[in-house]
Amino acid sequence: MGQCNMTKGYIHSFQSMGTLDGPGVRFLVFMQGCPLRCGYCHNPDTWHRNTYTYCESPEQVFDRIRKYKQYFGENGGVTVSGGEALLQPVFVKELFALCKKHGIHTCLDTSGCIINENVLDLLTLTDMVLLDIKFTDKRLYELYTKADMDIVMDFLSILEKRNIRTWVRHVLVPECNDSKEQLLRLKVLLAGYTYIEKVEFLPFRKICEEKYQTLHLEFPFAKFREGNQKDVERANAVFAS
Amino acid sequence: MEKQVFQQWNGFQNGAWQERIDVQDFIHQNVKSYEGDDTFLEGATERTQRLMQKLNQLLSVEQNFGGVLDIDTQEVSSLTAYQPGYLDKEEELIVGLQTNRPLKRGVNPFGGINMARKACQAYGYKLSDKIEQEFQYRTTHNDGVFRVYTEEMRKVRHAGILTGLPDAYGRGRIIGDYRRVALYGLDLLIQEKQQDKKQVGEQGFDVEEIRLSEELYQQIQFLKYMQEMAQMYGYDISKPASNAREAMQWTYFAYLAAIKEQNGAAMSLGRVSSFFDIYIERDIESGILTEKEAQELVDHFVMKLRMARHLRTPDYNELFGGDPMWITESLGGMMENGKTLVTKNTYRFLNTLYNLGPAPEPNLTVLWSKQLPEPFKAFCSKVSIDTDSIQYENDDLMRPIYGDDYGIACCVSAMKIGKQMQFFGARCNLPKLLLLALNGGFDTFSNTQAGPEGTVCQDDVLDYDKVMQQFKKYKEWICELYINTLNVIHYMHDKYAYEKTQMALHDTEVERFMACGVAGLSVLADSLSAIKYATVKPIRNGDGYIVDFETIGEFPKYGNDDDRVDDIAKEILHDMITELRKTKTYRNAVHTLSVLTITSNVMYGKKTGATPDGRKAKEAFAPGANPMHNREENGALASLNSVAKLSYDDCRDGISNTFSITPQALGSEETGRVNNLVMILDGYFLQRAQHINVNVLNRKTLEEAYEDPAKYPNLTIRVSGYAVNFHKLSKEQQREVIKRTFHGAM
Repeated sequence: MGQCNMTKGYIHSFQSMGTLDGPGVRFLVFMQGCPLRCGYCHNPDTWHRNTYTYCESPEQVFDRIRKYKQYFGENGGVTVSGGEALLQPVFVKELFALCKKHGIHTCLDTSGCIINENVLDLLTLTDMVLLDIKFTDKRLYELYTKADMDIVMDFLSILEKRNIRTWVRHVLVPECNDSKEQLLRLKVLLAGYTYIEKVEFLPFRKICEEKYQTLHLEFPFAKFREGNQKDVERANAVFAS
Repeated sequence: MEKQVFQQWNGFQNGAWQERIDVQDFIHQNVKSYEGDDTFLEGATERTQRLMQKLNQLLSVEQNFGGVLDIDTQEVSSLTAYQPGYLDKEEELIVGLQTNRPLKRGVNPFGGINMARKACQAYGYKLSDKIEQEFQYRTTHNDGVFRVYTEEMRKVRHAGILTGLPDAYGRGRIIGDYRRVALYGLDLLIQEKQQDKKQVGEQGFDVEEIRLSEELYQQIQFLKYMQEMAQMYGYDISKPASNAREAMQWTYFAYLAAIKEQNGAAMSLGRVSSFFDIYIERDIESGILTEKEAQELVDHFVMKLRMARHLRTPDYNELFGGDPMWITESLGGMMENGKTLVTKNTYRFLNTLYNLGPAPEPNLTVLWSKQLPEPFKAFCSKVSIDTDSIQYENDDLMRPIYGDDYGIACCVSAMKIGKQMQFFGARCNLPKLLLLALNGGFDTFSNTQAGPEGTVCQDDVLDYDKVMQQFKKYKEWICELYINTLNVIHYMHDKYAYEKTQMALHDTEVERFMACGVAGLSVLADSLSAIKYATVKPIRNGDGYIVDFETIGEFPKYGNDDDRVDDIAKEILHDMITELRKTKTYRNAVHTLSVLTITSNVMYGKKTGATPDGRKAKEAFAPGANPMHNREENGALASLNSVAKLSYDDCRDGISNTFSITPQALGSEETGRVNNLVMILDGYFLQRAQHINVNVLNRKTLEEAYEDPAKYPNLTIRVSGYAVNFHKLSKEQQREVIKRTFHGAM
């Protein structure tokens, strides 16, 4: 602690109002840079740190957030998303410290794919986590995200140990990760974690295809169909069975 | 007046209200705040449903007839001109129509015979020879104004720099304290006015006193007509109302008398719901009324308001689209003693949107306070999400100024009920004024020298300081001219179309506001920001006048919570009101300013050339104080914060903001949406914002309604300080509404 006001965050964008990323009315910060390459990623423009829009100190970012404090009430607050927030743990930690000092609720939207000392420090100032599990077996996880699922499960254990409220979010990609077998496996994976308050299924969407075109990238999941409300209902039913 | 005792007042708490006309004190002494939730509410009775079915049939015929069901071209509208009319005499609990049949419109030529003539023609009718002859030798308000208008006034009016002026139609924006008739009965009100009249001229008769004396004569006369009108329906309203049904009926008769006499642009209702609650509570306690019956009364009262109509011309509809009446009812708010003015009847009024279906009238306006009971906040939020039919105004901001018995006239104009009124002044087209300043007073749109001749800007790149200097000169000129023009209009309105009924329901000594307004605030702010922060190159026509701009580079845009441009918007308004105050007003009215356009933002845009912010010629402005469509890049709250910065102290006539958000962006499930909207309203108003219209809907719904009107026949949306049935807007106005920013989910 005590070090650097020098830390700057590489940021993709801000959104003054989000209601879908954590409880209540929230200010969203999207960090730039991500180590994962998920097949369904809808923000490919956040992958590389060097294409950031803003490079700001925690104080600067906090000055943006504080203007909306009056909308947050008891439930709302700030959510740091990405990209992958855990790639810049020192910056996010300092930002969260400022938020906590001013009574603003802090939430991290992450894949849980990085664990190091700075990340553990950051978690001391994190009120809640939105965790995207993505896939339920190691092979698919690596195939479609290029990362190691074991770390994510370790991350989940750390959240449990530290009593951090957690919402699990899971993007349903039809015929890819939404079979009954896979959903039941997810249920097994999440069993026993008492700090998981809810498991939310989100349908896979392709509205990001345009972004891929602009970036001259191939959209790896173009071959899958979009998910819909029915898929979500079905998943909920399986999960509840 | 001496202390009065009526048996109709049995069971009420005593107070100063018995010794003077003072409805506010009556409410303070008797109102029962309600802190609970909506579970007590009742649905529509079968009788209500039958009546509503009848009304809906008439409404659909009206729509099929092009918006007007029928016109009585024989009689000039007045309190007693028509035989009693009914929707269904046997079934309706509250009676009284403007003419002898539901939705049939009367003719009111006092504002101007030409308007009445044109309005009849527009719907395939002809004004009768009888009325033509009657008005041949009669001076209307419109005649009076044009006898005095200077050449300069005509020019700025013609060029559309000052537009929508109430010089050919009733000015409206006056709220009679209609509750007085219920509480005191007409005998006492007449007696009090007679007493006031006796005292006029005691210090000598100057022009002011002579005018007042004649006005009082007319007020008394029209209170008597009101009595006669009620008698035609079989009611004696000379004495106070003795129960809830009578209180609503008496109050409605008073309002009905006003809309028979006048066709003012906005004739608002005031703040009646919690006043009625006192009578309802008394009736329920004494066992003569049930909850179901109470709701039925409110439903029938509101049904009557939904049937009110005025005859308008197509020109008028271009300014004020959707056939609005602005029967604004102000709901809720807090008392100065810290208790809430939310009563069960506040809920019942909102519940009419479920029992009778969503509708634009009455214009339900919730006076929002951080201190409102939480269950009430949640209910309002739910009603907004379900119906898009209510607007919100900041009670914590206005209560310290107007006390706790003010109402909203039209959309955003606050006034103490029965104690203050306003001279409505429409608005000044700000972007057009900027173009005029750049072109030395020449208007390239109407090809006239509309303003004083000055130097035409010769620079290749616009210089902020030079532009501001030039703009300041033209602003000084227009502000003086604006006030003087309004002075002419309101002198003549008082002289030839004085609102006798409504003013009879005011204190004799009233405070007046001179309500000026501006349109195109966001266009001007963004244009000045472009000149300051980007490079703006004027493009000239063959005559050397600037007709377009090339804007290179980025510049901060209003609506993103960026002080660099939001401060420009703030200063524009501050400078404007400061300048307006320099010119003396008719009847010493207090200068006020609004940022409100109704739907005239479309028409104003149409009459305005391209602007430095990148807006094309003829393109619509954003409504009211809204940021320009789709220039908000930082999300919904940033947009709200920008608007909240505009100072109510500079704009005491109101700052209108219309906010559209998709249901998905408000939250993933219903409870979340309801709570989140409450948080948004709390947060916005804590920053001293004044007004917000809330629409929770998808653009797609509007697009579908635009293509296929039959798909959503009752689609009600908030536009700019009021609500409309989407299909009553012109196609052009509909397109503009569709283009607006919809804050969506990320």
